[in-house]
Amino acid sequence: MDTTDRFSGERLKLSPFYPRQEELNVREAWSSWNGYKFAEYYYDTEFEYFCVRNLCGTYDICPMQKYEIKGRDAETMLNRMVTRDVRKIGLNRVAYCVWCTDEGRMIDDGTIFRLAEDSFMLTCGSPCTAWLEMSAFGFGDVTVTDITDELSALSLQGPTSFAVLKKMGLEGIETAKPFDIKLFPYHGETLMVSRTGFTGDLGYELWVDRKLGLRMWDELYAAGADYGIQPYGEAATNMARLEAAFIMPAMEFNEALRTVHFQHDQTPFELGLGWLVDFKKPHFSGRAALLDEKLRGPAYTLTKLDIEGNRPAEAAHIYSNRRCTREIGYVTSAMWSPAVKANIALAMIETKHLDGPLWAEIYYEKELRHHSRVVRCEKQKKPFWTPARARATPPPEA
Amino acid sequence: MSSYDAIVIGAGHNGLTNAAYLAKAGLKVLVVEKNDYIGGAAVSRELQEGWQYSSCSYVCSMMRQAIHRDLDLSRHGLLLVPYLGTVNFGDGDERLLAYHDEEAAHLELKRHSPHDADAMHRFQTDLTRYSQLIRKTLLRTPPDPTSFRPRDIMELLFLARTFWSLGEKEIYEYVRFFTMSAAEFLDDYFENDMIKAAMASPGIIGTALGVYSPGSSYILLHHVMGDVDGSIGAWGLARGGMGAISHSIASALKSYDGEIRTEAGVQKVLVEDRKAVGVVLENGDEIRSDIVVSNLDAKRTFTKIMDKADLPDGIYEKAKNFKIRGSSGKVNIALSGMPKFTGVPDNPYLNRGGQGFCGSLETMERAYDCWKRGRWSDDPFIESVIPSAWDPTVAPPGKHWMSNFIQYCPPKLADGPWTPEKRDAFGQTVIDKLERYSPGFKDLIVHMEVRTPHEIENEIGLTEGNIFQGELTIDQLFFNRPFPGYGQYRMPVKNLYMSGSSTHPGGGVSAACGANAAREILMDLKRPNTVPEDDFYDE
Amino acid sequence: MDRYDSIIVGAGHNGLVCAALLARGGQKVLVLEAAAAPGGLAATREFHPGYTASVAHSISGFSAAVSRDLELSSYGYNPGENPLPLIGLSESQEHVTVSRDSVSGVSDADSRAYRDYRRRMAKFADALKPFWSKTMPRIGPGSLRDLLTFAHMGWSIRKLGKSDMQEFMRVASLPARDLMEEQFSSELLKASLSWDGLIGSRMAPRSPNSSVLMMLYRMAEDGRGLHSIPAGGASGLIAALQRCAEAAGAEIRCGTAVRKIAVDGGESGLTATGVTTAAGEQIAAERVVSAADPQRTFIDLVGVEHLDIGFTNRVRRLRCDGLVGKLHLALDGVPEFTGLDAPRGRLLIAPNVDAIEFAYDDSKYGSCSAEPVMELTLPSLCDSSLAPAGSHVLSAHVMYVPARLKGGWTDAARQAICERSIARIERYAPGIRDLIVGQEFLTPADLESDYRVTGGHWHHTEFAMDQMLMMRPTYGAAQYRTPVPGLFLCGAGCHPGGDLNGLAGYNAAREILE
Repeated sequence: MDTTDRFSGERLKLSPFYPRQEELNVREAWSSWNGYKFAEYYYDTEFEYFCVRNLCGTYDICPMQKYEIKGRDAETMLNRMVTRDVRKIGLNRVAYCVWCTDEGRMIDDGTIFRLAEDSFMLTCGSPCTAWLEMSAFGFGDVTVTDITDELSALSLQGPTSFAVLKKMGLEGIETAKPFDIKLFPYHGETLMVSRTGFTGDLGYELWVDRKLGLRMWDELYAAGADYGIQPYGEAATNMARLEAAFIMPAMEFNEALRTVHFQHDQTPFELGLGWLVDFKKPHFSGRAALLDEKLRGPAYTLTKLDIEGNRPAEAAHIYSNRRCTREIGYVTSAMWSPAVKANIALAMIETKHLDGPLWAEIYYEKELRHHSRVVRCEKQKKPFWTPARARATPPPEA
Repeated sequence: MSSYDAIVIGAGHNGLTNAAYLAKAGLKVLVVEKNDYIGGAAVSRELQEGWQYSSCSYVCSMMRQAIHRDLDLSRHGLLLVPYLGTVNFGDGDERLLAYHDEEAAHLELKRHSPHDADAMHRFQTDLTRYSQLIRKTLLRTPPDPTSFRPRDIMELLFLARTFWSLGEKEIYEYVRFFTMSAAEFLDDYFENDMIKAAMASPGIIGTALGVYSPGSSYILLHHVMGDVDGSIGAWGLARGGMGAISHSIASALKSYDGEIRTEAGVQKVLVEDRKAVGVVLENGDEIRSDIVVSNLDAKRTFTKIMDKADLPDGIYEKAKNFKIRGSSGKVNIALSGMPKFTGVPDNPYLNRGGQGFCGSLETMERAYDCWKRGRWSDDPFIESVIPSAWDPTVAPPGKHWMSNFIQYCPPKLADGPWTPEKRDAFGQTVIDKLERYSPGFKDLIVHMEVRTPHEIENEIGLTEGNIFQGELTIDQLFFNRPFPGYGQYRMPVKNLYMSGSSTHPGGGVSAACGANAAREILMDLKRPNTVPEDDFYDE
Repeated sequence: MDRYDSIIVGAGHNGLVCAALLARGGQKVLVLEAAAAPGGLAATREFHPGYTASVAHSISGFSAAVSRDLELSSYGYNPGENPLPLIGLSESQEHVTVSRDSVSGVSDADSRAYRDYRRRMAKFADALKPFWSKTMPRIGPGSLRDLLTFAHMGWSIRKLGKSDMQEFMRVASLPARDLMEEQFSSELLKASLSWDGLIGSRMAPRSPNSSVLMMLYRMAEDGRGLHSIPAGGASGLIAALQRCAEAAGAEIRCGTAVRKIAVDGGESGLTATGVTTAAGEQIAAERVVSAADPQRTFIDLVGVEHLDIGFTNRVRRLRCDGLVGKLHLALDGVPEFTGLDAPRGRLLIAPNVDAIEFAYDDSKYGSCSAEPVMELTLPSLCDSSLAPAGSHVLSAHVMYVPARLKGGWTDAARQAICERSIARIERYAPGIRDLIVGQEFLTPADLESDYRVTGGHWHHTEFAMDQMLMMRPTYGAAQYRTPVPGLFLCGAGCHPGGDLNGLAGYNAAREILE
């Protein structure tokens, strides 16, 4: 215990990119994520958002939890933990997964990278060491290592992201399909690039040994100088992910292991993630409960809403009638989408009312006067932002 | 000969609360207290000039906000201030610093065990869930499960419904939790012994159980189910010391024209025709009243201030068998400066928290083994707090007051009765341990008060010095408290009630026992209820 | 190709009871036992040439209902007569003898108190008794049957009458010590009566919550908590059960260890389809019924990949570490216990409750007490087949011997506790050492390796309030069914639990036949 700095225990950890972030964060807009000092925004949220949608931006994912799961039984262990069939994740491929309690309630979501026959990386938003260790119990040959602090990871997102990587000299990156992993020799180590991200747009995530992190940042920024590269923070990410209709813990779902009240957590079916639950694979935790849920149908369904007017439906209740006497759900995330020019939201709505009319009661403030409006909501089938370039291989350069 | 509607025996915080609610309902109430000060175990006393000693209870988290608000205690001078985390000391150099900030606390746990740092979320979630369920019952009178009266049946249904709402899985987990030991409960979450020891310490405070004894996980919960402003598990200090709580309630009582008479120990409860009709004081004065409320513990009430002949058959034996075991000691120290502890950064925020000298599970359990054998451990568990770091009223500027609570200290020693020499030797053991973690500590001592169960019993009348007025084990909890059949504050003699911690919900400065008893009395008198029914926090 | 209706894993007494009932119910049953002979902890073994003993040295009330349903008497089961008295040994030779309705060697007041105590406890035990032979309700789904069982339980307690019900609510969770302190003054009597609430468990006299339930559980058995040695010893019961099962058509294959329970985890979900033996043989069956302990069944035999994570964790955290060591002495004569006419009965070496408590204290830290407490008996006095003519076997349950000794179990450590136990007995039976011709000490770790019982725990997992009734072994597997369709439990790890009463096997078989 370091007692020379009397506040050492209170200080947040610093990302390997911190020397550059500190310079760029002219607004000193810091918050925290998993014990790391983390930018809420660097300069201006909307500016950063448009960089992501129009040019490219980098988002620090060092604080995101990363676990290395290795061993002969690693695949079986993961396959029993998550609802997707891990056996189907090919070498150097990534899959988005969720994992649940025995009762089929969602603990967290994350991505699984298959790095070898018997080696995986799992990433997720909040720590899950205890759950992983609990899951690994009883398997002969599997080790779980938290490698969060050993890796530097940076997400590069936006239409020019491909061009930047090409400029950086990553040969063959053009063949990377969505959810592909490519490996490049990098100053004696390996730079791993996955075509993944949290913006719904063209984008990549770069992973390298911690000691090369800053160097990678510099080389990436040098390559990106002509392509408008810019760091973006938590706030812009949240805008981009909502347009892509990606879910967030503590917004769309309450992590089951942190849920106090009975069934205040969610099932994958409620979150519209039924496609991630594979009943054809070998046994997985929560299978029986989820099968019940599937047959019965979820009580709530996470729904994408296009809402009348321009006032964001933050924390609004959803009603089945304009008089607001029959409450049928609540908004989990909402904003005005600058790219789509629409008032968008995600909302949890009682499944049995989904096909009827949907009304939101929105409260807002105008120069200290508080108003409320009841407005009509339209269900959307597709995410609000789905550019074709996100799926094209090779992708366009701008 | 004066006459009252109700006499409350004992001016502890529950007795005062009970009296305040009766007076608020318009009754003519008298509280009689044997000491020359009020407060019972919630006191502040100037034992050294310039210092206010909270010589018994020292921190507070169970005080029902509903009562605080209802009796308007802040207007009567009460301010409860939450204090920040606790520094836990291991057997050796290990320290577990409980930072107030969530991120910092997580990183600190991670330093000891990444697994446990993560598991802490689940632990806190589960404890919160368990707490919420119990908290719903605190300001309610337990039902009598042997009765068919509609009120009892309704209350049982309420409980069943509340319990049911946990969902199948949590019902099982709850029952499990309730009956197991603190150590086993913690094993479900943690692997690191330092973390387990720190988390287990609320499981032994005040009880004659060890961390490995089944039932100690409930004790753990009993200590963390309180809250300060809705944050469950937080502890607070009363500005001015714990006596401020008693004084504010007394002030509320007086505002409703209630009376308090000190130095008026009760010799005997007067019973005529199997009805309590008043009390006889130790000085021979007889005071009559329609109702008598004993705020003393159940054992003392029925074996000391009542005639066995006045009691129905079997009650005396029940009282004798009532488990009320002294297991705790207290060393209160006036300090000339702030002690520095090795391995702890000089962080002013941390200094405003407490210190837990828990060592390890084994050290704690071995201290319990000593207690069983009628001695105290050379390496006892100590929970300390330095309220003067927060509260300018309890020590002169620059000087400090430190409360040390020690588990375990036997009520009876194997080698004969307590003597002043043995008491001082016990105090020496405690400051020796503190000196080990804070070299130079002894030089700071200005004055020191050592209280073994013997002193606690003699001075404030808690039998054996048990801080809860009776063990908190299943056989003495809820409708079993103090005895099955008498869980609703009414005692076997008509017009006699109990309001102390011997009744549901048990020990702690919660004021709930006194308030619940008042509700029952008013119901019997067919008076409108003045007692808040439930906590108003939406959880 | 053989297709069995049921394969039963383990031929302990519960496995045999279950096998016999299923076979009588018309099923084609195969029992697989790893050991060379059936019986589990009740099987006899020769520990010294010519001397045999079984870990369970006496029987307290094998269920009369099971015995009747299986007509065990016609298969040679003779429960034996004259239950063994419980004799608390005193160094000052003031021994206390506890028999069914009376106690001797104590004051008149204690004698009277004992009769009252016994009557009241018997009443409580009777209120609980119906539930030991019932499948426990499940809390969640709330089927009518579950609700009825709940209502029945409530009613049965309510029927005790107001004051007994109140007393029951209080007493049920009392530590043994408090219960005794309230009733008696003789230290030896208190210790002796505490014993049956503690033995076999990780509890000491001061431990709240479960020991009175344990006493009541044992009192609700048909022997009323009193022990006897049946004809042929504990193995007499096993032999009768074996004959009964075989007569009903069950096939018992000894020397065949099960390596895995085969689970099909395909699209239609899980089903147990049979077993794979240690030799690699695959045997298919409609269902598999495991009499093995829950940890072994789920974690070793089924495999965690077929189970949910939370469930696995609950099985993992079951408390399965035994605390009873077993001492067997081969004696070439009847030892003389000072002040005792004949050493017939269960002799207790536990002079007072603190002696038990303090012996337990050491085990908390992984060591053996310097002064172990124990129950000993000479089964050869009742069953002469156990030893050569004129010779005898002394069998002792020694507490508290930790399954996981600090530093691990070595021959030296085993020898040390064995020696300490003999020295302790010698204080009550001077000269016994000269009679010893052979000896053996089995630690819980030995019981685990020799008898395949996790932690060497008598009851497969701790019999405690949080692991009993609808929580035994854990919710989700407490109704003999498990999360794996086609896999059932029937061992001591299920409700109602351990000891040799056969009810777990009996309840499981009924559940399966339904």
